[in-house]
Amino acid sequence: MIPPNPPSRSPEKPPHPTVPELFRAFFMMALHGFGGVLPWARRAIVEEKHWMTAQEFNEAFAVAQFLPGANVVNLAVVFGGQLHGAAGAAAALIGLLLPPTVIILVLGVLYSRFGDVEALQRVLVGVAAAAAGLIGAMTVKMTLPLLREGALALAIAAVGFVAVGFLRYPLPLVLIVLAPVSIAFAAWVRR
Amino acid sequence: MKLDTLGLLAVQFALLSLFAVGGAMAVLPEIHRQAVDVSHWLTDRQFADVVAIAQAAPGPNIMLVTLIGYQAAGLAGAMVATLAMCAPSCLITFFVSRIFDRFKDAKWRIVVQAGLVPVSVGLFAAGTFVVARAADRNLVAVAITFATAAVSYWTKLSPLWLFATAGALGYLGFV
Repeated sequence: MIPPNPPSRSPEKPPHPTVPELFRAFFMMALHGFGGVLPWARRAIVEEKHWMTAQEFNEAFAVAQFLPGANVVNLAVVFGGQLHGAAGAAAALIGLLLPPTVIILVLGVLYSRFGDVEALQRVLVGVAAAAAGLIGAMTVKMTLPLLREGALALAIAAVGFVAVGFLRYPLPLVLIVLAPVSIAFAAWVRR
Repeated sequence: MKLDTLGLLAVQFALLSLFAVGGAMAVLPEIHRQAVDVSHWLTDRQFADVVAIAQAAPGPNIMLVTLIGYQAAGLAGAMVATLAMCAPSCLITFFVSRIFDRFKDAKWRIVVQAGLVPVSVGLFAAGTFVVARAADRNLVAVAITFATAAVSYWTKLSPLWLFATAGALGYLGFV
């Protein structure tokens, strides 16, 4: 029997997802997330399910971005943790990582078995060039807001780019030097 | 021998996890250095392939480390690399985000956050450069990279179409 009226939620009170709902939501986001999960996360959490307002999402995302690790992975931990503590964080995280891990492992097995097939190599050369282009577009989108921050911010980004991208200095070393300098500049600009 | 590799994967990715300011792209040059130049788990070409597969598959692009772990030490390597890349940063995020809310409007937090943005942009660009250099070995590939970047920047076309087009061009022998 199907219940005649599914429990409806009043629009003024934000719905509170259960732990299994968290798992399912992040599971679906991960499956949709071709070329980045974040736009899907925003759409699902803010626009479809109304679990967060746009403002709350931005604040959670700011924390996720600020801390080390993949942004969307951190977002799952922050969001799940806010709602249900460790259980919520674990449910969102496992939901987010389970489908891509299985898919990527299948692809990895296929690649190690057929990666040397000449036709597949030709396809991959094209796909790899396109993948680099997609990441390039993201780089441009990230760099543009920096132009408004002024020459200092751009110079720091340039130093990081050259040190890690060209000179191939170890990342920890670059971060330990560059991050405090950049933070000091940010403090000086906002003094 | 294999246990050595697993241990190395665990230690390296756990360490990198702590330095992934702004996500997976920031640590990509370092991953390339370790996996291709130092440990020889993959060739430069395989690295480009693996990045492409991780980009084309659904999910966060941090899944790249799963493939690198798989190339280095099979299924166990994939699991160890994925866990090592996610666990430390997730634990930090879980605990720090709880106390961080209190300082939402604190000046130091705003300053630290603003100061990290240029750093993460520079590191992201460095990751892009390393990927592009591994992927673009001739002028046609460079052209595909720029065309894909332009289409992706100015339109909302699904990346799957771009991958399909570029893959077809490669299959037909244009690249």
